[in-house]
Amino acid sequence: MGFEKFLFYVFALITLWASGMVITRRNPVHSVLFLVLAFVTSAALWILLEAEFLGIVLILVYVGAVMVLFLFVVMMLDIDLAALRAGFIRYLPLGAIVTLVMAIEMFLVVGSETFNLSAFPAPDAADSSLNNTRELGLLLYTIYLYPVEIAAVILLVAIVAAIRLTLRRRPENKYIDPARQVLVRKGIDRIRIVKMASEPFEKEESA
Amino acid sequence: MIALSDYLVFSGLLFSIAVAGIFLNRKNVILLLMCIELMLLAVNVNFIAFSHFLDDMVGQVFVFFILTVAAAEAAIGLAILVVLFRNRRTINVEDLDALKG
Amino acid sequence: MENVYLTIVLAPLIGAITAGFFGGKIGRRSAHSVTIVGVGISAALSLWVLSRFIWHDQPVFNDTIYTWMVSDGIRFEVGFLVDKLTVLMMSTVSFVSLMVHIYTIGYMADDEHNWSHGALTGRNSYQRFFSYISLFTFSMLMLVMSNNFMQLFFGWEAVGLVSYLLIGFWSTRETAIFANFKAFLVNRVGDFGFILGIAAVGMYFNSMDYAEVFARAPELANTEVALFGGISLMSLICILLFVGAMGKSAQVPLHVWLPDSMEGPTPISALIHAATMVTAGVFMVARMSPLYELSETALSFILIVGSSTAFFMGLIGLVQNDIKRVVAYSTLSQLGYMVTALGASAYAAGIFHLMTHAFFKALLFLAAGSVIIALHHKQDISQMGGLRKYMPITWLTALFGSLALIGFPGFSGFFSKDAIIEAVGSSQIFGSGYATLLLTVGVLVTALYSFRMYFLVFHGKERMDEHTKHHLHETSWVVTLPLVLLAIPSIFIGWYAVEPLLIDNWFASGNWNPIVVAHEHDTLHHLREHWHGQAAFVQHGITALPFFLAMTGLGLAIIIWWVLFRWNPNIDTQIQAAGGPVTQLLQDKYGFDDFNQRVLAGGSRDLGRMLWLTGDRTLIDGMIVNGSAGRVAHMAQWARHLQTGYLYDYAIAMIVGLISLLTFFVMF
Repeated sequence: MGFEKFLFYVFALITLWASGMVITRRNPVHSVLFLVLAFVTSAALWILLEAEFLGIVLILVYVGAVMVLFLFVVMMLDIDLAALRAGFIRYLPLGAIVTLVMAIEMFLVVGSETFNLSAFPAPDAADSSLNNTRELGLLLYTIYLYPVEIAAVILLVAIVAAIRLTLRRRPENKYIDPARQVLVRKGIDRIRIVKMASEPFEKEESA
Repeated sequence: MIALSDYLVFSGLLFSIAVAGIFLNRKNVILLLMCIELMLLAVNVNFIAFSHFLDDMVGQVFVFFILTVAAAEAAIGLAILVVLFRNRRTINVEDLDALKG
Repeated sequence: MENVYLTIVLAPLIGAITAGFFGGKIGRRSAHSVTIVGVGISAALSLWVLSRFIWHDQPVFNDTIYTWMVSDGIRFEVGFLVDKLTVLMMSTVSFVSLMVHIYTIGYMADDEHNWSHGALTGRNSYQRFFSYISLFTFSMLMLVMSNNFMQLFFGWEAVGLVSYLLIGFWSTRETAIFANFKAFLVNRVGDFGFILGIAAVGMYFNSMDYAEVFARAPELANTEVALFGGISLMSLICILLFVGAMGKSAQVPLHVWLPDSMEGPTPISALIHAATMVTAGVFMVARMSPLYELSETALSFILIVGSSTAFFMGLIGLVQNDIKRVVAYSTLSQLGYMVTALGASAYAAGIFHLMTHAFFKALLFLAAGSVIIALHHKQDISQMGGLRKYMPITWLTALFGSLALIGFPGFSGFFSKDAIIEAVGSSQIFGSGYATLLLTVGVLVTALYSFRMYFLVFHGKERMDEHTKHHLHETSWVVTLPLVLLAIPSIFIGWYAVEPLLIDNWFASGNWNPIVVAHEHDTLHHLREHWHGQAAFVQHGITALPFFLAMTGLGLAIIIWWVLFRWNPNIDTQIQAAGGPVTQLLQDKYGFDDFNQRVLAGGSRDLGRMLWLTGDRTLIDGMIVNGSAGRVAHMAQWARHLQTGYLYDYAIAMIVGLISLLTFFVMF
């Protein structure tokens, strides 16, 4: 068993264990943290598959941004954990059976019968001068330019949607409206001259 | 050497665990979202494994876009979750039956 | 000449529009003036054109005035064909129409009494009536002057429309509404055949123009149509067109509307339902003679239908007591004579009788109307009698009209009717024997019912009530003037017209011959060969069987309703009672009305009710419309339970689907 295979098994087992923990933890904060672990080890597996750029991206973008967002939301919401956990045991047998059936069926499909080494020989390790990021970039910015732009639009829409959904005006907050600020007219809006009769001077009676 | 089937079985197991998660945590929307993330991860592993074994970079391009969409989905999903919680003071799926026929 | 012809047609139309749309503003005097002037111009110009044709050898006019549209090679046009046949019809129509216009002033003078008090439709009814009859004149002139089938159909339907409007003129009367509805429906049947005939012409000739169709007709004489197992095209077209004529000219069995149409005011009974419109069918067949000559089947059909109408409808006239109905059945009978003449290919004799009949029948109707005015709208002849003393002009003109009707030698009816009987007698086609027999006996019947009415109305004891009798007097000059003016041609026109029309083939002018008779069908041939002038014809006539029968009928009428009536005022009812079942059959009008009412109308109603209940309500509404909606609602009611609204149920559904798909993939 080579070192590569050892690494594969270690990371794979850690990923599976972590994902198992994700779905069984009582506390969602713990679940998110295990999810982070699963992502990190998966990233390691991806690097093992010579997808260095995506592995790094998975950690930087997914773990660094999305998972932190999850964590943030989970911690922000005041959740009644007991109610959410109710029925966990009750659904366990059905879930286990369905999962097992599915796993077996998938194993039948993708198992070593079809996708063994003789059918799909492992490629040689890539030359160290080969730049995965550069290769991916060449593809993305040439052939897949339009999809990249569409993806950018999707992200923009997601940003706008997320902001719009969660935006709310609190009545107690004080806002400055820049538009009205800009539209101020000189002399009319800044100063208001009030005409009034002069007050008669009154002697202070209480001396 | 690590065979393609090893990766595929790994991703199959990961996917099955995610499905089991949906079954078990059916009342917690946050965990449902996490399970979906796990499923997407399993799919991505498949893509990258095939990309490696078939020596075709397009698989990685796909993963790139899946990550983009997943990020957008997570952002919007969580935003909806926050709005939902703000309005209903709960994220229990059992209380969300406005679409009941 | 084009402008003259246009003026002839449009003058009545302008009158109709003025009186119709502005009747309320311009008042009664102006309304009848403008329409009478319009029709007067028409009549004067028609007579002038007639004189041009008679003495100046006026060329035939056949031209398009206006092209409406051209569709797939068929031209739809407004055009005039003015030949001698047309001009004869034009003169007759416009002259009788003018007479009726003048007469109407008197007849409709107190029309307010005919409307229930305050009926909205009764407002300006006088002006409206004039508008209608002028519109009728326009339509009829369009019909006779047409040079193509489309315009013929336009005129055909337009006269039908005016007839419908006028039968139901007193629209607050139940019977009038029933009668005009009946006329409308029966004419629908005829017109359906007619338009099918025109469509057949359009299909096979690809033209609407008379001249083109007639020119090409001999080419298609032997064409067969795959219908009813193969029928000659010409027979099909001719019979279909004749079905239209059967409706319009009230031939058995589509005659039922004509007696009922007497619900309308008497002037229109005279104009439309006696003199002109009902003869449109006769005119049409004569006009289409180049087609009819090519189909012996159609001719036989016409012959049998016409002679049956002539005889059997005359018989009904014997038992009628309504003065207008007697004249109406007499009209049916005389129309039968004309149609029989057409069937025997004696088109000229048919048109001749059409013309003489137009005069004397209009005269008889107007005389009947005069009597009705005098008796304050009572029409029962058993309540009349002795009017001779009170209404001398009406009496005398009615006597002349009746003599003309029965074909008394020298009167116009004699020439035309005798010619028809001669022609039918020498016809060789199938059914001619039957037709000859019926027509000959029909002469006896004609004399009987005509003089029964004449004696019951004008002679004998005065049977009306005292009040009416007190007010009896001759009607005003606007009524009697048309009577006199119509009596003159009723007496003399036969004498002058018989020779040119029947013998000299006056209709042909130049190389245009509107009335085409095949050599083997030339039934007037015999008459032509033995022609020695009118006097000889009369002399020959009084030795022949028809004259003998007519005189027998006249004699019987004199004996029964004049002589015997003095002693026994109930003789009329007694004779009818003696007739037993025969009288009953005649009073039931052979059961045509009952048959129509029960079987056709009732059957249609029952069929409609059945379709409504089972087809519409049960099948369409119940099962298709509401049923499908109900099923959808029912299924949705059931299916909505699938929608729990819980997120995890949808997720699980997806997972189950995924596993099923996967299983399928693994298994197979």
